[in-house]
Amino acid sequence: MDQFLQHGVNTLVLGGAYALLGIGLTLIFGIMNVVNFTHGALYTFGAYLMYLACAALGLNFFLSLPVAILGGLMLGAVIEVLLLRPLRKADIDTTMLVMIGAGIILQSSTLWIFGGVAKAIPSPFPDAPVQLGPVSLSWMRLFVFFAAGALIATAYALINLTRLGRAMRSTFQDPDTAALMGVNVKFIYTATFALGSSLAAAAGALLGPVYVVVPQMGDLASVKAFAIVILGGLGNVAGATIGGFILAFAEEFGAGYISSGYRDAMGFIIIIAVLLMKPTGLFARAERIG
Amino acid sequence: MSRYFPPLLLVILVLLPLFVKDPYLLNALITGGIFTIGAISLNLLLGFTGQLSLGHIAFFGIGAYASALTSLGFDVGLFGGVRVVHEAWPPLVGFVVAVVLAGACGFIVGRLSFRVRGAYFVIVTIAFAEVVRLVALNWIELTQGPLALTSIPQMRLGLPFGGETVLRTKAQNFYLMLAVATLCYLVVARLVSGRFGRAMRGLKENEPLAMSVGIDVTRTLTITATISAAMAGAAGSLYAHYFRIIDPDVFLFTYTVTMIIMVVSGGKGTLAGPLIGGVIFSILPVTLRPYMAPEAQWIVYGAVLILILFLTPKGLAPYVDEWFARRRANRLPAPSIDARAEART
Repeated sequence: MDQFLQHGVNTLVLGGAYALLGIGLTLIFGIMNVVNFTHGALYTFGAYLMYLACAALGLNFFLSLPVAILGGLMLGAVIEVLLLRPLRKADIDTTMLVMIGAGIILQSSTLWIFGGVAKAIPSPFPDAPVQLGPVSLSWMRLFVFFAAGALIATAYALINLTRLGRAMRSTFQDPDTAALMGVNVKFIYTATFALGSSLAAAAGALLGPVYVVVPQMGDLASVKAFAIVILGGLGNVAGATIGGFILAFAEEFGAGYISSGYRDAMGFIIIIAVLLMKPTGLFARAERIG
Repeated sequence: MSRYFPPLLLVILVLLPLFVKDPYLLNALITGGIFTIGAISLNLLLGFTGQLSLGHIAFFGIGAYASALTSLGFDVGLFGGVRVVHEAWPPLVGFVVAVVLAGACGFIVGRLSFRVRGAYFVIVTIAFAEVVRLVALNWIELTQGPLALTSIPQMRLGLPFGGETVLRTKAQNFYLMLAVATLCYLVVARLVSGRFGRAMRGLKENEPLAMSVGIDVTRTLTITATISAAMAGAAGSLYAHYFRIIDPDVFLFTYTVTMIIMVVSGGKGTLAGPLIGGVIFSILPVTLRPYMAPEAQWIVYGAVLILILFLTPKGLAPYVDEWFARRRANRLPAPSIDARAEART
């Protein structure tokens, strides 16, 4: 029972970060119809910015987090303007291949600059774990859970309560009509990609200190994010949030009770199973976003 | 114009080992050639039916492991205390097993995944490749996991007048690669020129229309995936017996990307395309190596992929063909505007 509770708590922590990854990708996939293969690279980018700001430059841990998120936002905007804006009319395969190229460039650059040796981000918290009854949890993981929750709430507020969010939602429903109503669709695409990228960077910056930071960490993150999006349904932000927790649950309990070697396979098995049985995703493509 | 390229390339490559003795260069050409076979097989699926498989390396890796294990032998315990013991068989049998097993996997993946299209199909294929990689990594009793399968025997071929020869030298392996590549090329060329090829192109252009004229879309796609996977398996088998060591890293996504770059840069959906791309990306690593670290080379490959997609989205082969067509059109006496416009499309 104690072990069960421990896995449950870990699921919540990991699920928060996965939800961030998934929300970012489902926005980009849903609104722009772009299969974003740079998502994993942006996740890695966030983790390395965190390392750079925190461990290499000695900036405060809590100040480094916004630096990483802003960095992801800016890199996302640059990628969109340079690579996706000129290809707006191209078919989905072309943009997918261009995104693969961009992902390779980002990942290889990271490997080139930082080398393949894993980096650790120092934790600002005391080493002793928090005891919650039978469950012990490091302060770092507790922080990750609450920070992810706060970021998810911010993303929801941005999409549902602001003018920008309304423009994004209308672009999702019908880009042409949105443009006729005076929405600057070009800007919305850039904003969507930048927002999605910043969420991926945030996930990397939060999970980086929990694990270690390596250039290849984004490879699996990309595909896990796809798993979450497929689970939740295209463009379905609430679905992506739940999907993030379902994936974390499957990984955590699969690793705990079935086999730890196949931990990372859970996401892929979920993808294959969902697509074979219910190709629209568990929660279907959202008619309205948010 | 690009239709003259494959026979010309074959002549050059057949003569090449007579002049090139540098083992490093030959090694690069064999490696590049093996991945070009992968690219030829990927082109069948991606270029002619328009289905982007990002898990193609799975079939390559399955072929490599199947061939290696058939020729090494294994002793594995299954559930319930049943043990499967297999004595080593000749590498040539391994090659056949690799082709058949990879083809069978292609059939199963095709049957299951062609219910979905577009981005979803792409993601299913990546997921499949990752699952296979994790199995290779974790089923240590069979695959040695990260310790790698070592001392895989070299390929042995029976001679027409009895006896056997072991392919030890680089030149011998080069000719073996060339023979398999030529065979794969001919199979693809035969396949896409006939009735089946028309069905493939038809469903790529307009799937509902293809269905309405009686093309069984799922069946066509599944057969294509099976043949494509079998060829990738053959390439994997060559890889295993040439390098004589394989580990789960053969399933890395970057190898799929290598094949995709070859296909896309050369021209997907053309016969010469993967060969042109294969030649470029077999020679490029050799030329870049003195100047750049491998990571930096990958930055260049990524940039080349993006540049090609921006400049000639169809790839080099159609681009060259159009260029010659334009020149010919210009040489004709006073071509009409319609003819020139036609040549351009």
